[in-house]
Amino acid sequence: MTEPLLDTQLLEVNLGPQHPSTHGVFRMQALLDGETIVKLKPVMGYLHRNHEQLGEGMTYIASFPFTDRLDYFCAMTNNLGLALAIEQLAGGIEVPERAQYIRVIMSELTRLVNHTAVIGFLLNDMGAFGTPLLYAFREREKILDLFEMASGSRMMCNYIRPGGVREDVPEGFLERASRIVAEYPRFLDEFEALLTQNEIIRQRAQHVGVLSKELAINASITGPMLRASGVDYDIRKVDGYGIYPRFAFRIPLGTVGDVYDRYYVRILEMRESVAILQQALKEIPPGPSISPKGLQLVKSPRTFRPPKGAEAYGRIESPKGELGFFLASDGSPQPYRYHVRAPSFINLTVLEDLCLGHKVADVIIILGSIDIVMGEVDR
Amino acid sequence: MDQLFVVLKSSVVQLAGRWLPEGALPFVSMGLTIAAIAAAAPVIMMYLTWLERKIIARMQNRLGPNRVGLYGLAQPLADGLKMLIKEDIVPEGADRLVHSLAPVVAVVPALLVFAVLPFGRNMIAADLNVGLLYFLAVSSISSYAIFMGGWASRNKFSLLGAMRGVAQIISYEVPSVLSVVVVIMVAGTLSMGGIVEAQASRWFVFTPWGFVAALIFFLSGVAEVNRTPFDMPEAESEIVAGFHTEYSGMKFALWYMAEFLEAFAISAFTVTLFLGGWQGPAIPLWWALFGSVCLVATARTIPTVLRVLGVVACVGSGVVAYLANEAVPSWAWFLAKTYGLVFVLVWFRGTLPRLRVDQLMGLAWKFFLPLTLINIASAALWVAMPGPSGGVLAGALLILSGWWLIRLNNPAPLQPRTYLFVE
Amino acid sequence: MIGIGVLKGLWVTLREFLGTYPAGRWLLTRLGASTGQGLFTIEYPEVKQQHAERHRVFPFLVYDASPDNLRCVACKICEQECPPQCIHIVGPAKDEQGRPLKAHGRTFPVKFDIDVSICMSCRICVDVCPFDAIEMDNAHELSGFDRFAEMVYTKEQLLKSNEYFQQIKPTEASVVDQRLAAKAAKTAMPPQPAASP
Repeated sequence: MTEPLLDTQLLEVNLGPQHPSTHGVFRMQALLDGETIVKLKPVMGYLHRNHEQLGEGMTYIASFPFTDRLDYFCAMTNNLGLALAIEQLAGGIEVPERAQYIRVIMSELTRLVNHTAVIGFLLNDMGAFGTPLLYAFREREKILDLFEMASGSRMMCNYIRPGGVREDVPEGFLERASRIVAEYPRFLDEFEALLTQNEIIRQRAQHVGVLSKELAINASITGPMLRASGVDYDIRKVDGYGIYPRFAFRIPLGTVGDVYDRYYVRILEMRESVAILQQALKEIPPGPSISPKGLQLVKSPRTFRPPKGAEAYGRIESPKGELGFFLASDGSPQPYRYHVRAPSFINLTVLEDLCLGHKVADVIIILGSIDIVMGEVDR
Repeated sequence: MDQLFVVLKSSVVQLAGRWLPEGALPFVSMGLTIAAIAAAAPVIMMYLTWLERKIIARMQNRLGPNRVGLYGLAQPLADGLKMLIKEDIVPEGADRLVHSLAPVVAVVPALLVFAVLPFGRNMIAADLNVGLLYFLAVSSISSYAIFMGGWASRNKFSLLGAMRGVAQIISYEVPSVLSVVVVIMVAGTLSMGGIVEAQASRWFVFTPWGFVAALIFFLSGVAEVNRTPFDMPEAESEIVAGFHTEYSGMKFALWYMAEFLEAFAISAFTVTLFLGGWQGPAIPLWWALFGSVCLVATARTIPTVLRVLGVVACVGSGVVAYLANEAVPSWAWFLAKTYGLVFVLVWFRGTLPRLRVDQLMGLAWKFFLPLTLINIASAALWVAMPGPSGGVLAGALLILSGWWLIRLNNPAPLQPRTYLFVE
Repeated sequence: MIGIGVLKGLWVTLREFLGTYPAGRWLLTRLGASTGQGLFTIEYPEVKQQHAERHRVFPFLVYDASPDNLRCVACKICEQECPPQCIHIVGPAKDEQGRPLKAHGRTFPVKFDIDVSICMSCRICVDVCPFDAIEMDNAHELSGFDRFAEMVYTKEQLLKSNEYFQQIKPTEASVVDQRLAAKAAKTAMPPQPAASP
């Protein structure tokens, strides 16, 4: 009886829910052959907080603070998505000009905040011991102070409402924002000098986790991950919600779709966001910050009863992808069905395809480049 | 000042000679040296951790520890106390003996290499005539320790980390040793003291072969002590802490100590072999002392009383040094250069991400190893043809081969990328 | 392999390192390089961060002049609208026959508890209150040891004067005061008879 020459065994490893760098409580069951991944199964749900069912028991407006906590890095854009859905459900609530500009400013500031944080975390996963992360957070702090000036809270802003924004921006906000936006390109240059041409990062990130165009489209990936694979799809251009068609900005597309492309597309998107912000901060007109119908919604949420059977789907280009809110009404002040299309969750479904054949170290980086926030994945 | 410690030691030995028989005196002398090293090593390690935390913090625009004692100087003491009083956990089913032995096997070689370090003129603990061989041999024992630690922890992640660690250390031994061969060729001796003296006319790092050898030796050393960018075995973001995940309390403190002592040792050996050891230009000492007056006088966080006292002390000692016409002591040069290299190590840690395992190995086997072999050839050219012609030929050979190796190792994918912009 | 990119990155961190020391900043300006951002740490508790005026933490009840002249009439709209349901109101105060008691011409709550460990600081209670009786405070150093005794604020703990509100949030307080003054003027003015042609 002959025995095999080398008795190897596949190692089953749990990159478990408690882990310094799985971006939240997220579990991956991996089957390893030496260091190479043979099979990977993501297990989610550790942060499920029943967001959608809670929304069914509360009025439409009362869901706003909970949307802040979905993707806790991008509170403003989450609010905007739900506001768009409610405006659609009501058959179109008018939004004054100044409020539209404020919405764009807040969304693009959120995009800056999110992308710097993501790149910082990606570098942290690569092992850079926190330096790029702390530089990113230093810039993020300045923008969070802006958010506090406008809405009262740094992260859980609860600021954008159907019909406009909850309150106009205070004195000095626009000057301070202009100053920060003017200094941002210098920070981006410094960040790029630290990272983009670094040979170690290029070696770690290039040709790792390649996502082909076909797979991206078939798996309904959205956001920078899709654009890094070369697909031209940005909801700000496709839907043109709000007043985005007025601004001149470009969409960067990658060619290969690996981790390096996803990282670099985010840097380029930040530069485009800075361009949008400069235009918006210059052109913002004076005026009311919320329409009368919106103000009535803010003051008495229970008066909002959309007709029975009305449905609406409001979607925005959040920094992570397409964030959509589906609302179905049954005539009462509470929604009958409230669903959130979370981009992180959908983008995470291709994790196994991206990771096969790579090493354990690459899995962490690929996860970092997909840019997930467990609050959104699990809702 | 230069021979301060030597004079101290000999006077203590003479003092002991009054009560002890003649034959015991060599043992007293050795015992004093051993005690000095064993006492200094933990202090060096503690303040290396302090230095690392402060320097990395400053690179990240923040203050490091500054609450525990002035400037956070008592922070390592607080950390040490914490580690001492922690519960010592041995995982269930782990091999208890090996688990307890692994940190010891890690620390002891790290301490042993201090025996051949020339801290200053006439200040080597044991000037073996095979000092360099001793260093290379003893420092390889740490790979045993890593594997013991990973295996005994009964944890898949630790095992992964340990395997990576051992592979890394063994791979980097080869370029490390080969890069030192050139030093032996030119200095003609394996003894550390002899190598330092052979650099009296020109430090080895200022020669083409020496420069390349210093770089390779230093980088291989960084890889051997598992520091960023080569710290895959203890990559926190993936396998939590690698081979020392399951250690807590004093055992973890011993691993930590081993890592920092080895980092210090690598810096010290690079200084000794390539940067001239304890030699330095004969700058008068009083410059340095008067210069430190500025630093002390402008340090705003020290209370004023201490500042005044500090300034007085510096000025006083400066006057003394001026009158005695002292040059900067040799051990001060050694420490300054070593801490300069330690700063570079910490700087790397604060800036660079880590390489993946296979890339690490690729670097060692495909780039460093051929380069060290070619380096030996170029050093041979230098020795065989003294004068500028030999130097130019050696340098040209190294530059050409370096460029060729980079081309060989740099596959097409690292070319710059293009990005489309769509309106 | 390791070349220019790594060196560039090393230079960035060295610049930031040197930029945190005065001597380093001098050296960098002499070299013509940018001096980095300097230290970003706020050394709490000696130095505290300056918050914006709108910074909101937990609600409080507003009274004018004296604590029994609180603006809240126990309409319970905020309790109904609060998303995490952290407000508990018992009231309005009634006498033995079940008729509501009045103070300063208004009903008032018997108990008004806010469970601040549940409160989300979302401001919806402030938005929906028709009487501007509840506003957001910005005191945030509020740690306690007991979950119920210290983390549930009763009516007495929540009552703070309008002067306090004007002090912490001048802009918002002036808007609220103007609104209340306009409302008072409208109710105080008797209805004008129509002008005869």
